[in-house]
Amino acid sequence: MWAILAKDLRLELRTREGWISLFMLGFLVLLVFQFALPEEPTAESAAAALWLAFLLAGTLGVQRTLLLERENECLTGLLTAPLEPAAIYLAKAAGNFVSLTLLQFSVVPLVVLFFAPADAGFPFALPLVLALGNAGFSAVATLFAAVAVETRAREVMLPLLLFPLLAPLLIAAVESSAILLGGGSLADALVWIQVLAAFDVVFGVAGWLLFEYVVRE
Amino acid sequence: MSPLRWISRIVPWIAGAAMLAALTLIFLVVPTERVQGIVQRIFYIHLPCAWTAFVAFGTVAIASAIFLWRGSRAADQLAYASAEVGMIFCTLVLMTGPIWARPIWGVWWTWDPRLTMTIILWSLYAGYLMLRSFGGRDDQTARFAAVLGIVAALDIPLIVVSVRLWRGIHPAVLGRNSPNAGLADPRMGLTLAVAAVACLLLFVWLVTVRWRVLRVRAGLDELHFERNPA
Repeated sequence: MWAILAKDLRLELRTREGWISLFMLGFLVLLVFQFALPEEPTAESAAAALWLAFLLAGTLGVQRTLLLERENECLTGLLTAPLEPAAIYLAKAAGNFVSLTLLQFSVVPLVVLFFAPADAGFPFALPLVLALGNAGFSAVATLFAAVAVETRAREVMLPLLLFPLLAPLLIAAVESSAILLGGGSLADALVWIQVLAAFDVVFGVAGWLLFEYVVRE
Repeated sequence: MSPLRWISRIVPWIAGAAMLAALTLIFLVVPTERVQGIVQRIFYIHLPCAWTAFVAFGTVAIASAIFLWRGSRAADQLAYASAEVGMIFCTLVLMTGPIWARPIWGVWWTWDPRLTMTIILWSLYAGYLMLRSFGGRDDQTARFAAVLGIVAALDIPLIVVSVRLWRGIHPAVLGRNSPNAGLADPRMGLTLAVAAVACLLLFVWLVTVRWRVLRVRAGLDELHFERNPA
């Protein structure tokens, strides 16, 4: 089973032209944010810009991947393989996680460049927050992207479903990032990191259990 | 007569009587609150609507789980009906709240944890209803909606915790910070209880009606398919 999982992961990463557009989207959202936010860069505005760019670019990215797959009937092919739907879910979520990590690698340095206040040191715990936020997002988005592409108004359906569900993740991610970017320590942000971890566990398990109901014909 | 038909015959009368009793209590019997004045009476509708909305959304979650687990069409229809009626009550909460808030707090809205939580709840179920409308009237959409209903319910505790932490109120595990904390007069408690019963009965009746409509519609769809296999 793990071999098939690895193969699926590689399948996910194949869409190379998508990365450029994902990165550009993240960059452009940050740019537009710069126009909207007040002049003095603060840790809070940096965190806000980071996570909103991630949210918007990530939503579009996940949607695009699934739309491509739907057009090529990949999902039908995967389902005919002797593979549990839950395993497909893990593979897809992992694939999304990886491509979104790449998005983060490109967006976060830009955020630090554009927004970070002058005296902030390097926030060592920030990658943890980024990973936890990413994982939660991937867990939920993978589950609901499959839902959204089957409905009318599909471009808007995924954000419509996703944004309210992600509210706790967003609050926790922004608050902990703001603390860390402002020079706080891991201990200061710990309660938020716990919320992120709880979110990841709850939705990882929920997605793993419920994905089969979403893909069943 | 099937149980649903029995309910939809009897309950409207009881609900009507209860609502009449509640309105009488609210406008004629209960004393005016000392600090807030007449406006405080909205509370006797606002809070029961909120409770009813919570009951509705809990029903959506449970009915969705039953549908996924057992495949019961009736459970799916109950989930849909409950979401629709729950949205009405949730919208009422979000309307009566600002009407109450404006004279008392001076603003229509604040991002206080309870308000934030309610508006996120509202958005979650708006998404549910849109999914139902924009999807087809088939099993696939029903399954999608059921998954959403369950996930939304799982999300709610996380929303509560994160929203409270966000505004600096540390969430107690079994806390009781409800506005009933200041019910001076026993008539206030009575009015609240009667209004709550009235709202819940109204909810039961509306869900029953809606449930029957959905059931008939599903039957018609099946007939249509039999005659016109696509």
